[in-house]
Amino acid sequence: MLSSTAQNLYWMGRYLQRAKTTARLIEATQRMALQSSGKEAEGVVAIFGMEEEFRQSQTQEGQTQRQGRKLSDLVDFLAFDETNPSSIVSSIGAARRNAREERNNITVDVWESLNGLWLELQAKLRGKRTNLDRGALIESVKKQAVMIFGAAQVTLLRDEAYNFFQLGAFLERGDNTARILDIKYHRLLPDGRPHSESLDYFAWSEVLACIGAVRTYRRIYRSALDPMKVAELMMLRRDVPRSVHHCLWMVDLSMRELADVYGTRGEADRLAGELHARLRYVRIDQVFDIGLAKYLGGVRDDIATLSNEIGRQFLLD
Amino acid sequence: MAAKTFDEMLSGANGVRKPYEGVKRWLDATSPERLDATRAEVDLFYRRHGITFGAYGAAEGHETTIPFDIIPRVIAWDEWEYLHKGLVQRVRALNAFLADAYGEREICRAGVIPEQQVLMNAEFVAMAQGLELPGGVHAHIAGIDLVRVGEKDFYVLEDNVRTPSGVSYVLENREVMMRLAPELFSAMRVMPVADYTEELLQTLRSVSFSDDVEPNVVLLTPGHYNSAYFEHAFLADEMGIELVEGSDLFVDEGRVYMRTPRGPQRVDVIYRRLDDAFLDPLAMRPDSYLGVAGLLGAVRAGRVNIVNALGNGVADDKSTYTYVPEMVRFYLGETPILQNVPTWRGDRPDDLKYMLEHLPEIVVKEVHGSGGKGMLVGPTSSKKEVTEFAELVKARPDNYIAQPTLALSTCPTFVAKGVAPRHVDLRPFVLSGRKITIVPGGLTRVALKEGSLVVNSSQGGGTKDTWVLAPDA
Repeated sequence: MLSSTAQNLYWMGRYLQRAKTTARLIEATQRMALQSSGKEAEGVVAIFGMEEEFRQSQTQEGQTQRQGRKLSDLVDFLAFDETNPSSIVSSIGAARRNAREERNNITVDVWESLNGLWLELQAKLRGKRTNLDRGALIESVKKQAVMIFGAAQVTLLRDEAYNFFQLGAFLERGDNTARILDIKYHRLLPDGRPHSESLDYFAWSEVLACIGAVRTYRRIYRSALDPMKVAELMMLRRDVPRSVHHCLWMVDLSMRELADVYGTRGEADRLAGELHARLRYVRIDQVFDIGLAKYLGGVRDDIATLSNEIGRQFLLD
Repeated sequence: MAAKTFDEMLSGANGVRKPYEGVKRWLDATSPERLDATRAEVDLFYRRHGITFGAYGAAEGHETTIPFDIIPRVIAWDEWEYLHKGLVQRVRALNAFLADAYGEREICRAGVIPEQQVLMNAEFVAMAQGLELPGGVHAHIAGIDLVRVGEKDFYVLEDNVRTPSGVSYVLENREVMMRLAPELFSAMRVMPVADYTEELLQTLRSVSFSDDVEPNVVLLTPGHYNSAYFEHAFLADEMGIELVEGSDLFVDEGRVYMRTPRGPQRVDVIYRRLDDAFLDPLAMRPDSYLGVAGLLGAVRAGRVNIVNALGNGVADDKSTYTYVPEMVRFYLGETPILQNVPTWRGDRPDDLKYMLEHLPEIVVKEVHGSGGKGMLVGPTSSKKEVTEFAELVKARPDNYIAQPTLALSTCPTFVAKGVAPRHVDLRPFVLSGRKITIVPGGLTRVALKEGSLVVNSSQGGGTKDTWVLAPDA
């Protein structure tokens, strides 16, 4: 397998996951906005570190717009703006470019489901925006992204290429969950204290909705929403497939598979194992003793470092 | 040349030619609405599969599909047997010529082909001189364009021995036809084509310099912006070989390697879909980012073989074409089975005079042109176009050849207003390694515009599935 194949599959995994996360975030934010009067738009933009870009896209279109339009502008920016490199349409476009270059290394099922989604986006976005059913399209992105990952699971050969795809997808997913938790927690509890008097039920259920885990929370804890438990679920639960711990476990597994194939280990292997162990053995009360923001900041920095190390170790840099 | 157009379905003694009886029955029994629905299904299939054709420089999302016509083109077994023999003969001669052109040039010394035709040819590559290639093969994959003008009259329109494309359509069109018209397909006994990629892989492996049992074969593509990128990915996938770009390969101590996470891996045979000029920035165009520095040195050292070989353009340009029947006689001592279209050469004063006097009736082509560009189809051109083209020819007569306007055969084709005859050609793909193989049929291209004779996909042509019928048991 070529190094460029490793690179393409890794990024295909990352971009697909990013599109899926964004679709879910938008849905959660829209629900939230309908039920409260908060400034969700800015919060969501912050998750992607895109505050400045969003503000610019707003001023370019003139100041005449009323505040009420902000939410739909936000959806357009996050989902359908091709100048925003993190938007859904940009991410799907990038994932499809990676896949197209590796047509011969992925299955027809994976290619067709991804190409089908891209074609649908192209067709819908080329029409009049006023007629666009944004909700339905985002729903469709979410569903089809699940199908693409499903196709990958049931059809891809378990070889090196598969492990690079997994590596990209789980690294991105772990990073996304860490970002969501970090930003949301900060907005809801700026002092970082979990035992706040006025608990906003809707806001906390929305945090869970961002990773599609409202019902999961009920199943696990069978109790009222508690910010500390929300943090535990999103960060430390190994059995929650979008938790940071679960994702880094999977990253570590893929790294080990690759190390077995290549017979070599490097800094990326060490870091993946260390990150995994850190999330596996820490308790949530210890996290809050350190300070959630500080702890998450450390994890996020190390995920970024790991991504760079993977690039150095395997891919064409 | 036959003045009246030969229709492959209807020009029979009693209205329908025998090979087409099944198709005719199917057409009569199928409503236009059903055909239309089928056609819509086809387009969706091709788009989802990403079987697209993107023009260079077009923005993303501007990939288009080549129109596929759902009515198959049928060739009887005895017709195919005749073509098969002719094609094998012609490609053997072309390969012998290429080995000779870059060797002793005996054909020139014998006075059959002037030496300047070889040495002064813009496609002649000095670096290929004296190359001794495995099996002596230079044109491993040849696409020979054939046209039909009558019941027994086939002509070779041109030979393509550089990087002929289109075979992925042969295979995908067949998949589509089996899915869309299983009843028709099973009613006629059609020779399969699916073994092409297996034969191709065997051919590629058989021309490795190394005696490794499993030589490492890769397909070198210019990248996903190339109009034939789908085909490159498709063939690599079908053969289970790596699809590489220039940046994936490097040369070290005269050997070619590909970059992998495991470290460098040796490459033995490169099926390149990249023009000569871009292969090696050290040897050819220094501004090429698509090639591999030092590649041609490795070829000359016999460390890696490239398919098709370097410098094959000397054998398939439109002025060398006129000599191919002579090549058959000279190298094989045989009478040519397939006929050339009579051709006037701009570099012969008498021919040039005739060309200029008859421009409105003939077809004029650039010697090195391809893709239906740089040509004049006299009968369908305006007076102004003819006058302008005459100036081009006068300025550089040796750059042009001319042929009579052939009445290409027509096949029933499903167009906007229903089923109507449209002109077709045929490109069989001839594989030459240690042996010669031709998968039955080839790519049928169809000019979708009424009366048009230009079948190129870049000029609005479409494709059909080509059915060679099995011999009667």
